[in-house]
Amino acid sequence: MSELLQFLLSGVTVGAVYALVALGFTIIFNASDVVNFAQGEFVMLGGMTTVFAHAAGLPLPLAALVAILATAAIGVALNKLAIEPARGAPVVSLIIITIGASIFIRGAAQLVFDKQIHKLPAFSGDDPIVLLGATILPQSLWVICGALVVFAGLWFFFTRTLLGRAVLATSNNRLAAQLVGINTNFVMTLSFALSAGIGALAGVLVTPITLTSYDVGLGLALKGFAGAMLGGMGNPKGALAGGFLLGLLEALTAGYLSSQYKDAAAFVVILAVLFFMPQGLFGRKSTDRV
Amino acid sequence: MMKLTKTTTALATLALLGLAGPALAEIRIGATLSATGPASFLGDPEAKTLEMLVEEVNAAGGINGEQVELVLYDDGGDPNKARTFATRLVEDDEVSAIIGGTTTGTTMSIIAVAEDAGIPFISLAGAVDIIDPVKPYTFKTPHTDRMACQKIFEDMQKRGFSKIGMISGTDGFGASMQAQCKSVAGDYAIEIVADETYDPKDADMTAQLTKIKGAEGIQAVLNPGFGQGPSIVTRNYKQLAIGLPLYQSHGVASDGFIDLAGADAAEGVRLPGTALLIAGILPDSDPQKPVVTAYKTAFETRTGTPVGTFGGYANDAFLILKDAITRAGSTEPAAIRDAIEATSGLVGTTGTYTMSPENHLGLDLSAFRMLEIKGGTWSMAE
Repeated sequence: MSELLQFLLSGVTVGAVYALVALGFTIIFNASDVVNFAQGEFVMLGGMTTVFAHAAGLPLPLAALVAILATAAIGVALNKLAIEPARGAPVVSLIIITIGASIFIRGAAQLVFDKQIHKLPAFSGDDPIVLLGATILPQSLWVICGALVVFAGLWFFFTRTLLGRAVLATSNNRLAAQLVGINTNFVMTLSFALSAGIGALAGVLVTPITLTSYDVGLGLALKGFAGAMLGGMGNPKGALAGGFLLGLLEALTAGYLSSQYKDAAAFVVILAVLFFMPQGLFGRKSTDRV
Repeated sequence: MMKLTKTTTALATLALLGLAGPALAEIRIGATLSATGPASFLGDPEAKTLEMLVEEVNAAGGINGEQVELVLYDDGGDPNKARTFATRLVEDDEVSAIIGGTTTGTTMSIIAVAEDAGIPFISLAGAVDIIDPVKPYTFKTPHTDRMACQKIFEDMQKRGFSKIGMISGTDGFGASMQAQCKSVAGDYAIEIVADETYDPKDADMTAQLTKIKGAEGIQAVLNPGFGQGPSIVTRNYKQLAIGLPLYQSHGVASDGFIDLAGADAAEGVRLPGTALLIAGILPDSDPQKPVVTAYKTAFETRTGTPVGTFGGYANDAFLILKDAITRAGSTEPAAIRDAIEATSGLVGTTGTYTMSPENHLGLDLSAFRMLEIKGGTWSMAE
């Protein structure tokens, strides 16, 4: 029994990391239909900047804030310098641009920071919380709470605020959005800033668990992307559920089948889900009017 | 067009000046290392070590009175690039010997070139396949993962363990060591009762460790792997309060590991490491003490970063080459090769090398020290 509970807690820990990364994908996707493959790099930048700012003497909360703002600024720069000039290009080209940006940011981080692995102290200590014979680290609770707060914020933003609806409108039909007076350039800039900021926040929260280095982004982005696809791209609810589901799948496979097949089992399930529900578990049905 | 001509002229003039001036570099040593890319944390200190040693040697008058020139390329961990650079070293730079191959992958592609051209090549990578079977021109300085397994099992046997669990990374290093350990475990009457793996990028290994913890009669756990994986395993191990002795591999033998895992979680962890890690606590009678202290001081003063096992491999490769060229009294590749093979009792940071036609590594198990982490620092377990 305590074994099953430990597998579940392990899955929730990993799942929360994936969910937090997956949530970062939603805003840019909602604004432009672009899957931003540099999202993992935002997570890395959040973690690495915090590590270096903290090492330079800033208290941890301030270092985290600096990291989130700096990463948001880089997100804006990415939009202004790489995405906006290619505005007329098809979505696939824009996605390829984000892959290029991801490689560029990784290379730059290697030079600006270093090539070593770094850690951050856990926010509330390293003593595990024991629950019916199973254990979870307090930092995992931080990550879970972080994922829930970001989810709630995004849900509120997209359904209850004018600005959030403007983002959705821009994605739906850029020209029509412009015609009703939405500043689509501003919406794009805002969505990159928010996505980057959420990515950086994820980086700050998960670094005490996962550790960080200049190349940690790619792996996190892949898992986060898989989680987002599973749940339904663009839907915060889907990102949250998809991330947790992926983590639980991995932990239960590792626990009851074999750790050799952990990743394979998770991806088989994702493929199966996407085969029967191409929009993901919570994806919006798209209908093209002719 | 005009610009191009100008550049060409300038280059030609430079080349002429170079030829006309006194020939400064008489001994050319080539190196292709992975100073950037995924293996950069190995290749970067190796490159810095070689640059430092060449400067030192030249300042002290060179080898046999001749200055040394280092031709250094960065292959980024890509075997294809390593092959291209090795070819360039042989054909364009006309080097007398090659040091390099940070990873087993890049080493394998350099071997083909070096063996074809008959240029002595000292690899800095781990796999036993590099020197087994013996190839005439290929040598290496790091001990093999098989030796690490043997050293760990020897220690386990001494402590009376016969049933152990393994949790290995699925990267090249982890997978290779996992296979080697499984193949030699029988020699030490050790039975592997749980065999789990993790992806090197995984954030949490508690599921695998919970499974290992539940294995019948388990007495100790071994974690072959490098990078951040072993640090996370060590933290999770503490989180689950498994309480059995934990062994790590030589892949994480650096101060960085204690820092990343946390002194608290790493307490009591044992691993086979080199004398370089414990330079400070080596007894004065230890033959390696002066060598490791000299390298550690020089490297740390120059780079400001703590010394690591991997830079030590490059240090040893250069020492072996320097010793061989001195004894050969020639820069002919074939003469250098014969001299390297005759290396005897050469004390390096990794161990004491004695090569032979059958053994192109020249280290034995005594090169490894069984270390234990106590109070956030290394101590000798023996």
